[in-house]
Amino acid sequence: MQEEIFISGREIPKIDPYLEIWHFPIALYLFLGGLAAGILFFAALFTALDKDKQVPAVVKYAMIIVPVALSIGLMALFYDLTHKLYFWQLYTTIRLESPMSWGAWVLLIITPLSFLWVFSYFSEIFPKWKLPFPFLEKFETYLAKNRKNMAFMILPLSIILGIYTGILLSAFNARPLWNNSILGPLFLTSGLSTGAAAILLLSKTHFEKSLFTKIDLGLIIIELALIVHMIMGMYAGSAVQLEALDILIGGEYTVLFFGFVIILGLLIPAFLETIEIFGYKVPVIIPSMLVLLGGLMFRVIMVEAGQITRYLY
Amino acid sequence: MKYGMVIDTLKCVGCSDCVVACQTENNVPIGYCRDWVTESVNGAYPQIEMELKTERCNHCENAPCVRCCPTGASHIIEGGIVLVTPNECIGCGACIESCPYDARYQHPGGYVDKCTFCHHRLEKGQLPACVSVCPTHCMYFGDLDDPTSQVSQLLKSRKHKVLAPEAGTKPNIFYLVK
Amino acid sequence: MNNSRRTFIKISALSASGLMLYNYGIKANATSLTANNKLADSAKALNRFPTYCEVCFWKCAAWAYVDENNNIPKIIGNDTDPHCYGRLCPRGTGGVGMYSDEDRLKTPLIRTQVNGEDTFREASWEEAIDLIAGKMKSIKEQYGPESFALLKHGAPGGHLEHLFQAYGSDTIGEPAYAQCRGPRETGFKLTFGAWVGSPEPTDIRDTKCLVLIGSHIGENMHNTQVQEMSECIDKGAAIIAVDPRFSTAASKAQHWLPIKPATDMALLLAWMHVLIYEDLYDKEYVELYGQGFDKLKEHVRGFTPEWAYGITTIKPEEIRKTARVMAEAAPSVIVHPGRHVTWYGDDSQRGRAIALLNALLGSWGRRGGFYFKESLKIPNFPHPPYPEPKWGWHEIGENFPFAEMGITNEIIKASIPGGNDKYPVKAWMVAGTNLLQSIPQASVIEKAIESIEFLVVLDTMPMEITGYADVVLPECTYLERYDDLRSATNREPSVALRMPVAPPKYDSKPAWWVAKQIGEKLGLKEYFNYTDYKETIAWQLEQIGSSLEEMEKIGVKNFPRKTGSMYLKEGEAYEFGTPSGKIEFYSDQLAEKGFDPMPVYTPHPEPENGYYRLNYGRSPMHTFSRTINNPNLSDLADENYLWVNPKVAKIEGLKNKQEVWLQNQDGITSTYPIKVRVTERIRWDSVYMYHGFGHNNKKLTRAHGKGMSDTQLITKVTVDPLMGGTGMRGNFVKIIQENPHKEILS
Repeated sequence: MQEEIFISGREIPKIDPYLEIWHFPIALYLFLGGLAAGILFFAALFTALDKDKQVPAVVKYAMIIVPVALSIGLMALFYDLTHKLYFWQLYTTIRLESPMSWGAWVLLIITPLSFLWVFSYFSEIFPKWKLPFPFLEKFETYLAKNRKNMAFMILPLSIILGIYTGILLSAFNARPLWNNSILGPLFLTSGLSTGAAAILLLSKTHFEKSLFTKIDLGLIIIELALIVHMIMGMYAGSAVQLEALDILIGGEYTVLFFGFVIILGLLIPAFLETIEIFGYKVPVIIPSMLVLLGGLMFRVIMVEAGQITRYLY
Repeated sequence: MKYGMVIDTLKCVGCSDCVVACQTENNVPIGYCRDWVTESVNGAYPQIEMELKTERCNHCENAPCVRCCPTGASHIIEGGIVLVTPNECIGCGACIESCPYDARYQHPGGYVDKCTFCHHRLEKGQLPACVSVCPTHCMYFGDLDDPTSQVSQLLKSRKHKVLAPEAGTKPNIFYLVK
Repeated sequence: MNNSRRTFIKISALSASGLMLYNYGIKANATSLTANNKLADSAKALNRFPTYCEVCFWKCAAWAYVDENNNIPKIIGNDTDPHCYGRLCPRGTGGVGMYSDEDRLKTPLIRTQVNGEDTFREASWEEAIDLIAGKMKSIKEQYGPESFALLKHGAPGGHLEHLFQAYGSDTIGEPAYAQCRGPRETGFKLTFGAWVGSPEPTDIRDTKCLVLIGSHIGENMHNTQVQEMSECIDKGAAIIAVDPRFSTAASKAQHWLPIKPATDMALLLAWMHVLIYEDLYDKEYVELYGQGFDKLKEHVRGFTPEWAYGITTIKPEEIRKTARVMAEAAPSVIVHPGRHVTWYGDDSQRGRAIALLNALLGSWGRRGGFYFKESLKIPNFPHPPYPEPKWGWHEIGENFPFAEMGITNEIIKASIPGGNDKYPVKAWMVAGTNLLQSIPQASVIEKAIESIEFLVVLDTMPMEITGYADVVLPECTYLERYDDLRSATNREPSVALRMPVAPPKYDSKPAWWVAKQIGEKLGLKEYFNYTDYKETIAWQLEQIGSSLEEMEKIGVKNFPRKTGSMYLKEGEAYEFGTPSGKIEFYSDQLAEKGFDPMPVYTPHPEPENGYYRLNYGRSPMHTFSRTINNPNLSDLADENYLWVNPKVAKIEGLKNKQEVWLQNQDGITSTYPIKVRVTERIRWDSVYMYHGFGHNNKKLTRAHGKGMSDTQLITKVTVDPLMGGTGMRGNFVKIIQENPHKEILS
């Protein structure tokens, strides 16, 4: 028989028996950040390709979600800090080795940018309302003219926003469930897919709907492939990784993972979108809500399950 | 100058004096600990092997906690000691997630805390509290870069190991084994 | 105080108004251990004062640091002290917790009745002292001062012993004799003419072979023993550990003999056989210093390793091999006498067997064996001679011819009407010992407590014994008082000073003050011819060529030896303290009194099916039941576990960390459950737990209800006929998985 125990009574709050440092606020931010990244990417892409007039839902209506999502996400992150009064220290330095530092700076730039973007469409979105001050009207026009420049700024930033959380988690070699290099692209793809789903939900024209159905379907297939890749990688990994994989495949989170993330969040929406392409009428709300739910659940599961795994004891 | 610790598992009796001494020296709050003692038992009665050892932050050369810190609060000073500046720490918890040895914890004061190799004692020419108190004299501390230091000599003459070498952190605490 | 049946009061039933008085004291003195540590981080100027530790009996000298708010953040060993060489054990380092523990007794308490219920009320010292002195006077008048007994331990015991002897009572006992090391002192005294004593004069650091019979050095934290064992490991010494359990020492031993419990005597006799019949013993030493060797040789003829194999389950080759290892190392070999040796009732004889082995190996008085210890004699502060009591501990223990100290359980028996009509005990004072966790057979103790007319308890914490008292006196901790100078036996004599590091917290007082107050009320002023105990210490230090100022600076002073070398020189003549002046291989003393003159093997009862032998031992983080509530130490271990062999766990269907209750052969069930630890380290016929847990006094907030008390289950006791020691390892328990108590005990 083998025993490995602490004998000095170690029972540190939130560390033993397993980590409980990051909970729902972090998972929520990961979801909202990915969603915002997805929408931003598509908005910037279509604007940069001068196709923005064809996709009003993308550039106008879906973009309203972004500043809201980012604000809530930032508030969640702030709430999670335990030394809140010192949060401004994040902005006294750029640490190239820390993905969290990249994220802090990217968020600093992209959040106001998203506010400005929405503001630049203000009169188009709310034609009945009039801006109170003339300088605001001038500002709006100025922004509307420079939208393409904003798009070029937003494009790389949105990709970083979408991928950095995955890279952040995968850099923790101490948490075997996260420590695989596919997590970055997986989070980016998931973010883009939730963005596409949100756009699908808000799109009005048939062109947009069918375009984004195809885009979302493609992203779901890529995401499934990446998840298979991740699982194969962990199967071929070290003992700690096999133990970590066991949580998802044969343990506490198996039902949640397969039920919510794979089946409800990926397979069923993929099926629905496929038959939509073949002409069957599917109320667009079902696959899009399922994709959004799947994205959220995926991040919740990764955050919770990842902290259960540990290297020693 | 690379500070390191060598711990002789053949002599450790698991008394946890190092834990209490660290607590009283560094005002570690009750319920938390910067170091701890583990027991590992293998075999079947009466063919049994047991290993007792004390663990703490390994002040790794390739410290993941320093890499992932967004504010630089987690940093390495001369001698290779990994420290946290409380007033630069925002309490994001990333370093805690990144440590394969689970050596860090959230101090009730909001910042992240861990073993500091008692560098406030090193400055005065004293040894860390745990090393100074150990009744079995199983803990050794010194400069690993100095080939004549006791720690270097021990590593040359005795079989040793580190914790979780596969994590790639290059820890600076070595355990002497049979 | 009428003779009503005394009920156990859990000291949670205190009047709220009284406690409020001391809230100001608590706020002024309390250290908040979990508070904002940023305050503590700022380097406060710390003063340091010398003291010696009182957490256990090793008395390591230390420096205690104190800040301007009278917080004691840390205690560090004194470098020049031969008891610790600058390194305290975890209990000593955690001594700060003893000082800062908010559960400490704060005011004197007097038993009273409220609404027909027994409870305590807070009282002033004046009232408490008056009450005690009054009782002592009336007991003296009615029965004689001999009928007031003192049961004690440690430094406070010393002060009260002086009071009692001045008062006229020599009815004094401490559990450390009959519940702990008494048998080995008897065994060694009969053989070598000298006690082993404390600290043991074992020359571990120079030994080449250390033989431990059940002794778990490393789990017991006898400071210098652990330090020296570590040293001898470095030097490559062989360790032979004889233990049914895989102790820490066994894990460092080259030879672990997993002996069947209660059969150690057979192994010792077989070793003697091998040493004698393979000509491995030290012939010159035995020739020069021994007497009766030929009788011993004849006696052990039949005790072959093959014979022992059948009893102990240790293979004969192993017995021979280890005997040869010992002989190879001789005379630098130690067969360790152990410390807590009250196991099976024949413990003095087993102690004697160990002494005989050492004699055959020639280790007594040799380097790497046992050195001749020496201490400095410090003159007593002058006082009038003590009155001669009519009877005392000696008479109470008269049925045990070789007892050399008070036998606690005989004193307890004499407190029960009909228990001992010749020497009736009518009242007790208990100082510094939690009787119900130290002494087995709780029902006997409770019966005695009910019978006596008065019980005073002096303690620092609200331990279980305080719940039975008529008067509870809060003693301050060792960090808040002066006590006698420490002058213990060692390789070289040394003297250590204990002085207050901080003023007494709450309304606690030192034991010397309590003794003096009571003494003065009893008209014994001449015995306490000082205002502050500091004066006696200063006087004593001057007598030995030092001064209080010097000791305050250095803490420990080492003195040169006066009684000659630590070791015997080659062929040196030496007079042992035995009647013959020689090492007695055959003891006429024992033969005359009708006991076995040489040890024999007696089989002891074994557990029946479904029962397991209850074994217990120490944890290095705690001292008996004393430190379980200490905040720093309970942080390390706040409960004990029941060690169960995996085979047993499978049969009984037990899982790790499962809560179980134990019931012993007499039907006594444990109050609290204990969590199971399934481990290979314990034999399948026994279970093991650390001693001292299972406190049932609610006021011990960190200790209450945590773990199980092994003492509660020790109801069968085999008494050593030579000196009255209580053998406690003959209790068998069965494991109960469902909660056997109908009401949930809070």
